[in-house]
Amino acid sequence: MLSYILKRVLATVPVMIIVAVFVFLLLRLTPGDPAAILAGDAATPAQLERIRDNLGLNDPLYVQFFTWTGQMLQGDLGTSLISNTSVSDMIASRLGPTINIAVMTIIISVLLAVPMGVIAAWRHRTWIDFAVMSFSVLGFSVPVFVIGYVLIQIFAIELRWVPVQGYAAPSDGIGNFFIRAILPSLTLATIYVALIARMTRASMLEVLGEDYIRTARAKGVRENTVLFRHALRNAAVPILTIIGTGFALLISGVVVTESVFNIPGIGRLTVDAILARDYPVIQAMILLTAGIYVLVNLLVDISYSIFDPRIRY
Amino acid sequence: MQFKSKDFTNAEQVLTIRNLTVSLGANLRAEPVLRGVDIDIRAGETLCLVGESGSGKSVTSLATMGLLPKNALEITGGRIDLKEVEITAASASQMRDLRAKRVAMIFQEPMTALNPVLRVGEQIEEVLNMHTDLSGAEAKARTLDIMEQVHLPDVNRIYSAFPHQLSGGQRQRIMIAMALVLDPDLLIADEPTTALDVTTQQQILKLIAEMQERHGTAVLFITHDMGVVAEIADTVCVMQKGQIVERAPIRQLLTAPQEDYTRKLLRAVPNLAPRPARPPVSEAPVLTVSDLKKTYGGGGFLRKRDEVQAAQNVNFAIAPGQTLGIVGESGSGKSTVARCIMRLIDPTDGSVRVANTEVADLSRRQLQPHRKHFQIVFQDPYRSLNPRWTVARSLCEGPINFGTSKDEAMAHARDLMELVDLPRNALDRYPHQFSGGQRQRIAIARAVAMRPNLLVADEAVSALDVSVQAQVLELLDDVQARFGIGMLFITHDLRVAAQICDDVIVMQRGHVVEQGPAAAVLANPAHEYTQSLIEAAPGRNWDFANFRALEGAAHQTGDHA
Repeated sequence: MLSYILKRVLATVPVMIIVAVFVFLLLRLTPGDPAAILAGDAATPAQLERIRDNLGLNDPLYVQFFTWTGQMLQGDLGTSLISNTSVSDMIASRLGPTINIAVMTIIISVLLAVPMGVIAAWRHRTWIDFAVMSFSVLGFSVPVFVIGYVLIQIFAIELRWVPVQGYAAPSDGIGNFFIRAILPSLTLATIYVALIARMTRASMLEVLGEDYIRTARAKGVRENTVLFRHALRNAAVPILTIIGTGFALLISGVVVTESVFNIPGIGRLTVDAILARDYPVIQAMILLTAGIYVLVNLLVDISYSIFDPRIRY
Repeated sequence: MQFKSKDFTNAEQVLTIRNLTVSLGANLRAEPVLRGVDIDIRAGETLCLVGESGSGKSVTSLATMGLLPKNALEITGGRIDLKEVEITAASASQMRDLRAKRVAMIFQEPMTALNPVLRVGEQIEEVLNMHTDLSGAEAKARTLDIMEQVHLPDVNRIYSAFPHQLSGGQRQRIMIAMALVLDPDLLIADEPTTALDVTTQQQILKLIAEMQERHGTAVLFITHDMGVVAEIADTVCVMQKGQIVERAPIRQLLTAPQEDYTRKLLRAVPNLAPRPARPPVSEAPVLTVSDLKKTYGGGGFLRKRDEVQAAQNVNFAIAPGQTLGIVGESGSGKSTVARCIMRLIDPTDGSVRVANTEVADLSRRQLQPHRKHFQIVFQDPYRSLNPRWTVARSLCEGPINFGTSKDEAMAHARDLMELVDLPRNALDRYPHQFSGGQRQRIAIARAVAMRPNLLVADEAVSALDVSVQAQVLELLDDVQARFGIGMLFITHDLRVAAQICDDVIVMQRGHVVEQGPAAAVLANPAHEYTQSLIEAAPGRNWDFANFRALEGAAHQTGDHA
């Protein structure tokens, strides 16, 4: 078990190195002078020289790479060209909202989708199955911003149960956080509910046809136990994969939702950085996103081995 | 051959099935799957239900368990009684309560019948948790006790093992422990030894008999293997197309079968006495294997893993028109040898010459032009044909790859269909429109389409019913005689090997333990492993096809009352 985890952890190292090289080269290999790109059109020659010096652009490429990697590892992600503040600080202040919303979304999605998928598979080809599948098609097809605005219209404008927009950190009171985070989370959750419910149903359908399910029934095991103890654990691996990928996507791809609900998260930070050509921020965002993907996949890999004892190679 | 001959007239009636009819749920006009089945089993009795696939054996057992697939199969007539309880009238929750407590079931494939993610001890204990009020400690004690009773070694360790960490025989012991922990009146065993090696099968059959003796359990034993029937049955019911066509005590059924269908089934059982070898051929061999070796593992992360010798020092040659069989139990390396020769895997060392070309060390690309010289037929015809391709496309693909024109390939395909006794106009159909035996014929036609020198048959008849098996073996013989193809026949079934092979190799754990003419090796085995394999073959002293004891084994015949 321990050796399995160690192997998975070590396997992430080459991935991160490749990402780092790519991000590093992104600026260095862009046509033109990186200093000029970084400084923008209005820079004076003196400013350019200062930037070149700061970046160590006069050193050989590999020296630059190691200096840069060293800085990154120490958490120094550079300075934003626009706001002139530290990129690490910018991300740190934006990461909280994004992660909090993502976690809430995933919790809502799993709580809704897994039972939906299990029941749809159990009642395969009945109206329940049909309803779940129809919902799931709908969840895929309706654009996120439409769902967002519809939810705002109903719950914020008509019913006035929650505010229209904005964000409060959980440290400002869990109730405050909850009423502001619920609509964006629900909005984001629709697609993940659809996705996870579909995957749960497909995976459960396969498992329910297995011999050991028949064995469990032949033992006189209750249907609930058959579904959740015998079947769901065996169906877990593809479901966990989808949940993991979903979570990683949530952190890097929530631009639209953050815009609709006016949440100061990293999705908007990224969009702003790209629009402003704020290279240090873009670099940092690519690194961060890749890091989150790698981390989530690592956790999913490790969780496989908890659910399925055969995966401990 | 000693048959069981106990009289059960005074024993308590356990299972009574009367006029049971089961129909396809959705389709009322379709023929019923079971038509008026009657079965009686008394305490301590073993009733064997035999018949070919699709005859309704498993449907009968599932109906008795109340486990017929919902919406697909329905009981539309008759009744099933288990002692005083009418099963056919029980509600879902009453039925759930009866299972494991009064009627329990074990299945064919213990690997898939056990939940892979739960510890085996927990799986047995679950039965106790569901049906009794035992405390956790009591339930565990009782679980360990039943595990002792089925002769599992080191029960405390096995209790917390997962199914994949146990051997096939141990898994089936767990299944039996699970079924018998609450001492049910009736045990239904659905082909419980079909997936096991012969020596393991022998142990499991002995165990079931022992447990039955101890608890006085009635056993409904479903099998297609007449050898097993001869060993364990008190009474036999022969099923065909959803009906019981003959019912008789075992001795009577094997010595004086009344029905044509029973006779046909028995006649198809291959004889364990080897057939005479064909005259030796002086032509150059189509396949020469020398010092073939395959090793797995050895690599490994952090620490070096142990090497596994999957096959070692394998030497043989096959002449045109001759058949060499490799027999052995699972893990013996027989399939490894076949795959090395086909170059589906790469041999670690040694030489493989097919039609005078050394193929062991050719690269995949270099090998490609030689592929047509050696073809393979796999075990499971349900999975070895592409389900989305018509038969014509499957048959023509190979020849077209080797430059035959499309028209010519099609013409050849039509001839091949005739050769394997299928209608020419079936070329446009898809594999699912054929039965298992027909599909295996198509698989053989596909292999022969390449006009190979060597045909490798990897357990090619193991998934087929005996009567179909006999026909396919005949077809292989015919094809071989007609084209002078050399054949390598991999099988675990000594009866099949005795009927088709000229020469035999016996393998055990990657080593060749015995090698020679089939008549010599199977009739007078020199190595103790070969002897133990033959000893373990069920019904080995009985000549099923002629309804009498095998010659030479006559002195062992006799009843013990």
